[in-house]
Amino acid sequence: MKILVPVKRVVDYNVKVRVLADASGVDTKNVKMSMNPFDEIAIEEAVRLKEQGLATEVIAVSCGTSQCQETLRTALALGADRAILVETPADADFELQPLAVAKLLNALVAREKPALVILGKQAIDDDANQTGQMLAALANMPQATCASKVELADGQARVTREVDGGQEVLSMRLPAVLTADLRLNEPRYVTLPNIMKAKKKPLETIKPEDLGVDVMPRLKTLKVVEPAGRKAGVKVADVAALLDKLKNEAKVI
Amino acid sequence: MASLVIAEHNHAFILGATLHTVTAAAQCAGDVHILVAGHNAGPAAAAASHIAGVIKVIHADGESLAHGLAENVAQQVLALAGNYSHILFAATPSGKNIAPRVAASLDVAQCSDITKVVSADTFERPIYAGSAIATVQSSDATRVLTVRTTAFGAAASLGGAAAVETVAAVAESGLCSWVTSEIAKSTRPDLTAAKTIVSGGRALGSAEHFDAVLTPLADKLGAAIGASRAAVDAGYAANDLQVGQTGKIVAPELYVACGISGAIQHLAGMKDAKVIVAINKDAEAPIFSVADYGLVEDLFVAVPLWVQTA
Repeated sequence: MKILVPVKRVVDYNVKVRVLADASGVDTKNVKMSMNPFDEIAIEEAVRLKEQGLATEVIAVSCGTSQCQETLRTALALGADRAILVETPADADFELQPLAVAKLLNALVAREKPALVILGKQAIDDDANQTGQMLAALANMPQATCASKVELADGQARVTREVDGGQEVLSMRLPAVLTADLRLNEPRYVTLPNIMKAKKKPLETIKPEDLGVDVMPRLKTLKVVEPAGRKAGVKVADVAALLDKLKNEAKVI
Repeated sequence: MASLVIAEHNHAFILGATLHTVTAAAQCAGDVHILVAGHNAGPAAAAASHIAGVIKVIHADGESLAHGLAENVAQQVLALAGNYSHILFAATPSGKNIAPRVAASLDVAQCSDITKVVSADTFERPIYAGSAIATVQSSDATRVLTVRTTAFGAAASLGGAAAVETVAAVAESGLCSWVTSEIAKSTRPDLTAAKTIVSGGRALGSAEHFDAVLTPLADKLGAAIGASRAAVDAGYAANDLQVGQTGKIVAPELYVACGISGAIQHLAGMKDAKVIVAINKDAEAPIFSVADYGLVEDLFVAVPLWVQTA
């Protein structure tokens, strides 16, 4: 029983991004890149399912430039068995968008036939929150987004999802698509021995053409600007001063 | 050109998020229709017909739509999609769950969390936790959008007189079934609609403290309660209280951040609040850079004092 885990290389969450002066985008040259945090949670869940004997192989996949190999090596160090890179051009004008990624993953699903695909619920760079759901539609699979608990038994998955006001439990047959939310698990740390072992695990590189997928973007970015800033505020001396401001100046209480 | 809004509802009522989505829809394409897909959802459909600016309500009713399962609702939308240039969902957990299935099935891109409609094919949306605003243009014939409800005003819930058309509910997909829900019944206002929010960070130290310290203040202010990701991560608050880039986006009249350092990811969720108050004993905490009023004090002293002060 295979589990496919797509992982994305994104600007590290600690980095304070700057908008380029020509409004063409965000400055990503020389900034620290990392695996998308929710994708780490996805890898961790897949590896745990394998450790519990419910899966036989965890395959990490990333779509993007050749530098995504770093992210895949991290996935392998976290416990994935092999990795696939779908390499796309390192062209400043080319943007790989969720619909294209979903199509690439759909082609890989047809090839690898996993019982589960686990993705992060959202990438912290484009904040799209689309890829998992799009893949599920293309592959005609059930989906459980924002998963906080997964139980597998008898070819079915019982998934607890975070919803407004609480949680809901869904039951779905496999194969299925899950997207990982914060409380699904706490990912393990990468250890040096595992990083060394990861270098020997297989990493295959293929191109979108090999999968017969058109990855041309549908949304064109016209410009990227900084959001409007807030007016500077003031510090107040104590609670009494605060309440005075809120009541008489801001008039919100 | 017509817009279809997928209503957020609980079968009995239309939820507020729908009203903001209608406003965005009207800016996209002149005629606005609403789809109410539910089970015994006649009351919700009737309520939708009164929303100002809506000219038609399509009411699909059946058991397959009882629990908002994405596989079924998406199919219902797809049955109608051919008539619309724009299909809009509110950027709520439900909308975000369903919209991309519709987009992929139509083989079109989705524009998530739009904050402005520039023209019928051009939209603004935040990226990198709101550190930047991108203007994107869609080349697809159908635009599938999720709408950041705090960025658009609410259409009036009364004044409209739309016709209600009933359509057959799609068949159950058979892919997935609902087992159970555990929804906390709260007397607090809904976080995304609340006028006032009291929010806590990791400094609260425990779930017990989180409740004990913040609840009295929230009660006093009639406020909803929110949390930072760190507080949710540590188990001090439920997941759906999380305000931030990967949680809820809020824009209340008053946001009181208690013991929240103000990481960019948190600011992404609340920096459009009208008035921001920060209470934190660390004078260097980044939250003070967005706070209108900052109080550098231990929240365990300041918050109870606020509650006690008449």
